[in-house]
Amino acid sequence: MLDLLQKLGHRGLSRLAAFGRAGQILLQSLLARPQPLTMFPLVVRQIYFVGVLSLVIIIVSGGFIGMVLGLQGYTILVDYGSEQAVGQMVALSLVRELAPVVAALLFAGRAGSALTAEIGLMKATEQLASLEMIGVDPLRRIIAPRLWAGFISMPLLAIIFAVVGVWGGSLVAVDWLGIYEGSFWANMQQSVDFYDDVLNGLIKAVCFGIVVTWIAVFEGYDCIPTSEGISQATTRTVVYSSLAVLGMDFILTAVMFGEL
Amino acid sequence: MKPDNDCIIDIRDLTFYRGERAIFEHVDIRVPRGKVTAIMGPSGTGKTTLLKLIGGQLHPNEGEILLDGVNIPTLGRRELFEARERMGMLFQSGALFTDMNVFDNVAFPLQVHTELPADMIRDVVLMKLQAVGLRGARDLMPSELSGGMARRVALARAIALDPDIVMYDEPFTGQDPIAMGVLVNLIRRLNQALGHTSIIVSHDIKETLGIADYIYILSDAHVVAQGTPEELANVESEQVRQFMQGLPDGPVPFHYKAPDLMTDLLERQ
Amino acid sequence: MRMRNVEIGVGAFMLAGILALVVLALNVSGLNLSQQSGGYKVYARFDNIGGLTPRAKVAMSGVQIGEVTAIRIDPRMLMAEVEMQIFDQVDYLTTDSSASILTAGLLGEQYIGIVPGAEDEVLAEGDYIQDTQSALVLEELIGKFLFNEVSE
Repeated sequence: MLDLLQKLGHRGLSRLAAFGRAGQILLQSLLARPQPLTMFPLVVRQIYFVGVLSLVIIIVSGGFIGMVLGLQGYTILVDYGSEQAVGQMVALSLVRELAPVVAALLFAGRAGSALTAEIGLMKATEQLASLEMIGVDPLRRIIAPRLWAGFISMPLLAIIFAVVGVWGGSLVAVDWLGIYEGSFWANMQQSVDFYDDVLNGLIKAVCFGIVVTWIAVFEGYDCIPTSEGISQATTRTVVYSSLAVLGMDFILTAVMFGEL
Repeated sequence: MKPDNDCIIDIRDLTFYRGERAIFEHVDIRVPRGKVTAIMGPSGTGKTTLLKLIGGQLHPNEGEILLDGVNIPTLGRRELFEARERMGMLFQSGALFTDMNVFDNVAFPLQVHTELPADMIRDVVLMKLQAVGLRGARDLMPSELSGGMARRVALARAIALDPDIVMYDEPFTGQDPIAMGVLVNLIRRLNQALGHTSIIVSHDIKETLGIADYIYILSDAHVVAQGTPEELANVESEQVRQFMQGLPDGPVPFHYKAPDLMTDLLERQ
Repeated sequence: MRMRNVEIGVGAFMLAGILALVVLALNVSGLNLSQQSGGYKVYARFDNIGGLTPRAKVAMSGVQIGEVTAIRIDPRMLMAEVEMQIFDQVDYLTTDSSASILTAGLLGEQYIGIVPGAEDEVLAEGDYIQDTQSALVLEELIGKFLFNEVSE
């Protein structure tokens, strides 16, 4: 019993320490004296790896989720004779919830794990140490560009996800199930508000982007530099960022749309 | 101790713990300027850790590491990076940046630390690559190089800024005899030609003895022997003899600590 | 050359993201920036507003002419007071116009429908619409229906 308690305390303390290190890394890499000239090409390159290469999976899943929503919404709403509301349902659920959350989950799986593995491997092959010995701060050279790239890419991916999803929904509802196009779009425009829905969804996406990238980069930088350590760190990235996204989503939703 | 006052790195009373385990306990090491100094010892005695301590990547629990009189562990972040510009380090794995080709790898320290125009950097890089015999490989990516070539490129990168000290972390492990010979030759030649101080961490006895001017042997957190290669060949200590001659059993036991074999076997009943 | 492709890819990606945001704003949420400008406020009191919410549309003959900006209780009259913003160009609502809370479709949202009257004077900033008709509440409707059945 005492043993268990001790273990629990030990784990809690080491988690706390890890959290502290993560915060330290975030601050040190973001607050470092900016060097726009050397930084810019590095960030562009990372946006390519993190954002552009995630586009395919985002577009494909966005399309399918929109189509499923259209179909499900239709079969439910047709019972109440208000199938015109499909547009509103598809758009609202996408813009408010599904686009930021699902895009963030995909982002964690596609880009986050890659970031962790890449940085972990750099650590294992002593590239980070050799950067330090050359006299270049790896936090600024390796970590900061990746953080910025993640912060920028994730909201863009979520927006693209939402648009493709709405398009997929309209494909099913209008072109296949034959809902009148005018009422589909009019209903949607009536109920979706730019500030309340679109901007709040965007804020969510920004938050998720920060959290997922932060976790991914930290796990890579903090991992044990062996093949086993890297694989564990990669798993942790996906698990932790998924949990963080879902948990934060609830809190943000409560703050934005609830009565809090 | 050799009466050589002209030493570039002076390690005094160094103590370092990793967790509960002592890696070094009150260790004194003096590295003479312009010479090749070898740090040897069985695996796991913290030879690489010593290089990281000198490079300021780890902090000792006690003691001083003086680089020309400046105590490295007390330096701030920026001063530390300045001090590191005087050091070049060849890592065990080469540690080339995998997203750059050979040329850019060698050019990287120059681009970061100097404001030389691009064509001058090109000249310097080509000269360094020529020195390690890989000028023709400048457009290859690190993944296309053999282990020996990667280490030579890393060596070219380590000397790109003409450092005062070059540290070699296990430069000979995992190399075929030809690559090994090439590296031994290079380290010796570069040391003479460029006049820097070399520190080699290794457990390859034959190669290291061939190029080192002075040798420290570490074991169990202490310096167990030191001297020139000739002096060490005649040391009486059993521990040193076992290491130098590669005997399988001796003070460093062949068997990991275990209960008596017979009791272990009978325990099942 | 490789770096150039990367740059082009990233540029296209950023552009796609921004374009997507514009699409969301204009096509999905129907954001109309010109609509934000101006308008005058009129008020109406209702016995019961049902499910009316702020930002619901105010329509005349089904065409939107404004939106609900605030709903509160008038403590003196003990009635709901609805504040509406009517677009500037709609300057022909007479003082005897009537406002009623209607429902778009069976399950649709509620909105305020305005029917102009015959007076010459028009509504201005701060005026009250006197003639109002509350939202239909299903329970009351059923109650009335039952009452009629019994009395027959």
